[in-house]
Amino acid sequence: MDFKKETRMLYRWIARIGNLLLRLLWHLLHVIINLCHFTLGIANALESHLISWGILGRYKSLHVAKLRYLAIVVESEEAYQISNIIELLQWLAAVGIKYVCLYDREGILKKSKDFILEKLDGAILFKEAHENNVLLDQTHMTLEFASFSDGKETMAKAANVLFKKYLKSGATDKIQEEQIFTESQMAEALKTVGSGGPEPDLLLIYGPARCHLGFPAWRLRYTEIVHMGSLKSMKYGLLIKAIYRFTTVRQNYGS
Amino acid sequence: MMKDDNVGKILFGWTSFIRKFVLRVLRVGPIPSHIAVIMDGNRRYAKKKKLDEGAGHDAGAFALLCLLVNCYELGVKYLSAYAFSIDNFRRKPNEVQKIMDLLRESITLLTRIAKHLPVRVHFAGNLALLSADLRDAALRLMEATAGYSKFVFTICVCYTYSDEIIHAVQESCQEKCNHIQEIRGIDACGHQDENLIKLADIEKHMYMAIAPDPDILIRTGDEYRLSNYLLWQTSCTQLSSLSTLWPEFSIWHLVWVVLNFQLNNPYLEKKKMQL
Repeated sequence: MDFKKETRMLYRWIARIGNLLLRLLWHLLHVIINLCHFTLGIANALESHLISWGILGRYKSLHVAKLRYLAIVVESEEAYQISNIIELLQWLAAVGIKYVCLYDREGILKKSKDFILEKLDGAILFKEAHENNVLLDQTHMTLEFASFSDGKETMAKAANVLFKKYLKSGATDKIQEEQIFTESQMAEALKTVGSGGPEPDLLLIYGPARCHLGFPAWRLRYTEIVHMGSLKSMKYGLLIKAIYRFTTVRQNYGS
Repeated sequence: MMKDDNVGKILFGWTSFIRKFVLRVLRVGPIPSHIAVIMDGNRRYAKKKKLDEGAGHDAGAFALLCLLVNCYELGVKYLSAYAFSIDNFRRKPNEVQKIMDLLRESITLLTRIAKHLPVRVHFAGNLALLSADLRDAALRLMEATAGYSKFVFTICVCYTYSDEIIHAVQESCQEKCNHIQEIRGIDACGHQDENLIKLADIEKHMYMAIAPDPDILIRTGDEYRLSNYLLWQTSCTQLSSLSTLWPEFSIWHLVWVVLNFQLNNPYLEKKKMQL
C-alpha cells in the first residue's frame, strides 16, 4: 500500500515538473516572438525614416489616383488623441487623398467631428456633400465619420426597409420561391438608412491588433487592410509605404 | 530499401513527436476556439513548382487536411475554410471543374475520416449553385456527421458575404411574413410599420450561424484583403496575413499565428466584452 502511495506521489511530482517545464518553454516561445516583433519594429522605424528622407527612390512618386477612398480605423482609446488624428489627415491631404472615412467603434471621432473639420482647412463632411448632391470636391478633402452603430445595426434597419417594400408590393408568395433581393437593392436600402458611403479601396488600422473592429461589413468586400500599429507611434514613412503597396496591388476579384 | 524505410519511419516518428510536443506547449496559453482560412496561392505554387494548375489545388487540399489534423490536436473546436467563392465561377471552366472534382474527392475522404475522428462537416454557402450530385453528396455528409460536436469543419463553398447577408435578410423576411400571417391574418401582411426584423433574426439565418465568430482569420499568398469572406463575423477577429503560399502552409505558420493570437488575446477579449 505504501509503495502504491509513493508511486502516486512520484507521478504527481513528475507531472508538476512536466507542467513547469512546459510553462517555461511557453514563456520562452513568447520571449522569442516578442524579440521578433521588437526587431521588426526597429526595421520598420528605420525604413520609415529612409522613406521620409527620400532615400528610397521608389516611394518618391506616388500614383494616388488609384486610391479614391481611404478608411482609417482607430482603436477608441487612441481616438481621444485628436491632435494625432489631425496630423494624420494633414499627411493624407499632402499626399493627395481626397476622401477619408474615419471609424472608431465607440464614436469618439464622430463626437469630435466639428473640431476636426475646423482644424483641417476646407475639409467638408461627406453627409453634407451627399445631401446637397454636390460632387465630391476635388480640391478639398471630404471626411466621413462612422462608428459601430453604422455596421450591424444599420444592416438590420436596411433589412426592415426591404421587408416593408416587399410587404407593400404584395408579392409575399414569391418570397419563398427565389432570391428576390439583389445586391443593388441592398445597397439602395443601406443608402436610405444613412450608410451609403463608398467602399474604401484601402483601410488603415491604428491600434494594438490587426482587427477591423466592426467597420461596416458591406463596405469591406474587396478592401485592402493594413495594420499600422499604434496611433501614438504613427510614422509618415510607413503611411507612404502602405499607400505605395496599395498602388502596386492587382486584384483578380476571384477570377 | 529496407534501411531507407526504417530511416523514413524514424524521421516520421520524430517529426510527429516534435509536432505534438510543440502543440502541447502552445496549449499552456489560450487556444483559439475558431480558426478561419483563406487559402490563397495554389495557382502561384503550381507555377513556382512548374506543375499543372490542378496540381496546385491538390497540394492546397493536402495542406488543408494537415491543418485540420493540427487544429484538432491543438484543441481548436471550429475550422472554416474558404474553398470556393461565387466570384470564382468566373475562372476558366476547366479550373472550376477541377475544383469541383477536388471537392467531390474531399467529401469521400472526409466521409472516411469521420469514421475515425468525431469531426462534424458543414458546408456553408449557396449550395443551390452546385451540381445536383455534388450538392447531394455534401448534404449526405452533413447529415452523417451532424451528431458530432467535438470539432466542426466548415467548408465555405459558393460563398460570399454579400450572398450570405442577402440570403439571411430574405430568410428573416420570410419568417416574419409567416409569423404575421399566422397571428394577424393574411390581410395584415401589407400593413406593418414596426421594425420587425431584429439583428438576432438576421444572425440566425447566416450560413455561418453554426460556428461562433472566428478568433483568427488567416490569409496566405501575401494578400491583405478579405475578398468577401466572413466580413460580418470578424469584428473582433485577429486578421493574419502571411506571405507564404497556401500549399506551403505548415504547422510552424500555425504556431506563429497562434502565438500572435495569445499576445493579442487580452485586447481582443476586451473588445468582445464591449459588444
